[in-house]
Amino acid sequence: MVDLTSNTGGIISPNPFWLASAPPANSGDQIMRAFDHGWGGAVWKTLGSPIQNVSSRFGGLNYRGTRAIGFNNIELITDRPLEVNLREIAEVKKRYPKHAVIVSLMVETEEEWRDIIARSIDAGADGLELNFGCPHGMCERGMGSAVGQEPTVNERITGWAKKYSTVPVLVKLTPNVSDIVPHGLAAKRGGADGVSLINTIKSIIGLDLDRLVPEPRVSGLSTNGGYCGAAVKPIALHMVASLAREPMFGLPISGIGGVANWRDAVEFLALGSSSVQVCTEVMLRGYRVVEDMIEGLEGYMKQQGFEKLDQLVGAAVPSFSEWGNLDLNYETVAKIDADKCIGCHLCVVACHDGAHQCIHPDPAGQTFVPHVDESECVGCNLCQIVCPVPDCISMVEVDNGFAPATWNEHVYEGAKLRPKKGVH
Amino acid sequence: MATQLPDNRGEVVFEDFKPAYTDAQAVTEANRCLYCLDAPCIDACPTGIDIPTFIRKIATGNVRGAAKTIFDSNIFGMSCARVCPVEVLCVGDCVYNRFDESPPIQIGKLQRYATDIAYAKGEQFYEAGPDTGKRVAVVGGGPAGLACAHRLRRFGHAVTIFEKRDVLGGLNTTGVAPYKMRADKSLEEVDWVLAIGGIEVKTGVDVGASPSLGELLADYDAVFVGIGLGPDSPLVVDGETLDGVMGAVDFIEEMKLQPSRFGGVRHAVVVGGGNTAIDAVREALGLGIPEVTMLYRGTEGGMPGYAHEWKAAKVEGARALWQRQPVGFEGADGKVTGIRCVRLDDRKQPVADSEHVVHADLVLIAIGQSRLLDQVAALEGVRADGRRIVADEAGFTGHPGLYVGGDLKNGAKEVVNAVAEGRDAAVAIDAHLSTSGQGA
Repeated sequence: MVDLTSNTGGIISPNPFWLASAPPANSGDQIMRAFDHGWGGAVWKTLGSPIQNVSSRFGGLNYRGTRAIGFNNIELITDRPLEVNLREIAEVKKRYPKHAVIVSLMVETEEEWRDIIARSIDAGADGLELNFGCPHGMCERGMGSAVGQEPTVNERITGWAKKYSTVPVLVKLTPNVSDIVPHGLAAKRGGADGVSLINTIKSIIGLDLDRLVPEPRVSGLSTNGGYCGAAVKPIALHMVASLAREPMFGLPISGIGGVANWRDAVEFLALGSSSVQVCTEVMLRGYRVVEDMIEGLEGYMKQQGFEKLDQLVGAAVPSFSEWGNLDLNYETVAKIDADKCIGCHLCVVACHDGAHQCIHPDPAGQTFVPHVDESECVGCNLCQIVCPVPDCISMVEVDNGFAPATWNEHVYEGAKLRPKKGVH
Repeated sequence: MATQLPDNRGEVVFEDFKPAYTDAQAVTEANRCLYCLDAPCIDACPTGIDIPTFIRKIATGNVRGAAKTIFDSNIFGMSCARVCPVEVLCVGDCVYNRFDESPPIQIGKLQRYATDIAYAKGEQFYEAGPDTGKRVAVVGGGPAGLACAHRLRRFGHAVTIFEKRDVLGGLNTTGVAPYKMRADKSLEEVDWVLAIGGIEVKTGVDVGASPSLGELLADYDAVFVGIGLGPDSPLVVDGETLDGVMGAVDFIEEMKLQPSRFGGVRHAVVVGGGNTAIDAVREALGLGIPEVTMLYRGTEGGMPGYAHEWKAAKVEGARALWQRQPVGFEGADGKVTGIRCVRLDDRKQPVADSEHVVHADLVLIAIGQSRLLDQVAALEGVRADGRRIVADEAGFTGHPGLYVGGDLKNGAKEVVNAVAEGRDAAVAIDAHLSTSGQGA
């Protein structure tokens, strides 16, 4: 058996799957049902001064027949009375002592932070998450991403939280910045025990073409929403890995952004997350998705020989590097499996119009299988990406006789590079 | 169980009617599933497999988990994926049937995909429970008996199966249409189920004379009876003993287990309108018999067999004579040459002066099977209603320690019903044994 126990900055949960601070973690009833389904932790929907929400609140991005590959929202923090949330936090902790309950917080003044932190810990919070990420509504009032985008403010408020907290403090970072690293470092300087990222990305999900009003529409107007869901995963993975490989950083990470199944979770874990947080997939399919997440992660770890979660956490970080460290003499070319090819010629058009014009219809006109001119193929992968048939096009390594050489080695040490291909 | 089947048995000429999915096909179909909540497909499955969950697991690449979800509810998930009439069960209730834009999810094919991979990888999911010291006799080694035995082993009870034939698997081995599943696949499944260990198998034992049911009840802490149905019912008309007249169930069993001897047949007639009749028609066609006719008392719309199966039979070339009643057989040199029939009206009454002869050199009688109720029904507290042994939902007969399941209980349904009943009886037996103290 593999051990899925997760430790994120001192917050222990039976597995790394947490509900993110969001509608699925809005109430005690919901969180207890989620724990019954197998979730290891939950970040309570952000507490603060209760707000008033709008209708409507959500928008979905559909693509080629698939619904909601991306999602956005303009909902704010909790609209429930603080006393109710605190009472339910205590109730959940009483009934589920081994599950992690992290309370997300967003207030303004030091006094307000001191007060709400004390009350959250009294209620039984295992950890706190400072919401410095929300990019809609709250930021207009000087909170949320308005804090996360200013490293000095981030550091100051994190410092307040650490001063008043007796439980681990995670800082939830906004991706609406040009480089995540200084913001992670600011949280570290403030004393954070870890960070959570990414919060949602500023976005307009789409436009109602009849009314010419963006979605989600509130009467005749809309505003920017926070973008999330499967489509944001690549952005989130990059930001997680950027902090994970930063030598000055070194804090635990709770990964968020497009985790929809166990494969996504493995990616976040291997790129440096100690836990993962999920919202959109639960909003679309319910708490029950966690069964396959746990089982799939266990199966993967068993197959790969990982016995403890810690062995997987960060396992891929060393392979995420700078462009200047990539081997310029490594060469691949496309090979088409003639037995699998169905003759759609999507690789031909993609290569001709979008790449280096090396894949051609069979010059002899004898077969529908395209021909790859390997002397021109730059090994870009585009043909493999557009091919509809699994394993039909493979990228095969070519032995060109050149020793590995990176750009950095070339510039600083004069390492010899192979001749360029596809350059005319 | 290293049972060897002849390589040249009749059924090997049949190809899969529904070919297996490739990885890409399975993932594409799995991603089409809506992952409904309280899905109607689950309710439609007699074993209640959590279908949306196993399909989602296929979509994410967690195929082992998908197989486990299936086997948790149905240890015969591999064969049920092939033999279930999904058109009238899970697939028939898929919500996509209410949505014109998209056909229903091919649940059977996805289940086959997941379970086949589990078998190919030699996956085993269950271990026997700690020994309870209790012993249970299972009479009949078909899907009901084996499902019961497997679940009893998970509870830690010792099990002995008594099977009349030399092979286990019941109708899965001897009766399933070979374009759905061949006998060797059924035997592979039997071995896979028995791999839980601790199930003693006694083949060639016809419980009745020795040991009797009463003796088993005395010797064991509980007895489960899942003996299915008896031989084909005869028409009881003149000439039924002619060579070339046989029961459809016997014909199917022979075709599945032995080399075919039907090569010279020119015209086969199958008497009946149920699912066994349709299977026999399709199998006779598949064996290469040039002309195969179903002869049924009622009309096409009134036949009890599944409409989708009859439609497939027609595509394969089946003919039919509706509203006919055999009254005798014609023969020459001891071999059948034709069936003497009368026409029936809409009330299934004979039409005067309508007698005629339908040429045939093979006649398969598929008008039902006899019931093996007597010995069970003779026990104190047990009732038979004519077609089946009366039992509660979990198969308890009213006689202490005696449970029934499968065709004997339900009057003749599907493999999946037998599996559910065997499993549920095991749960009831376990509850009974857990509260009944030591010894019988």
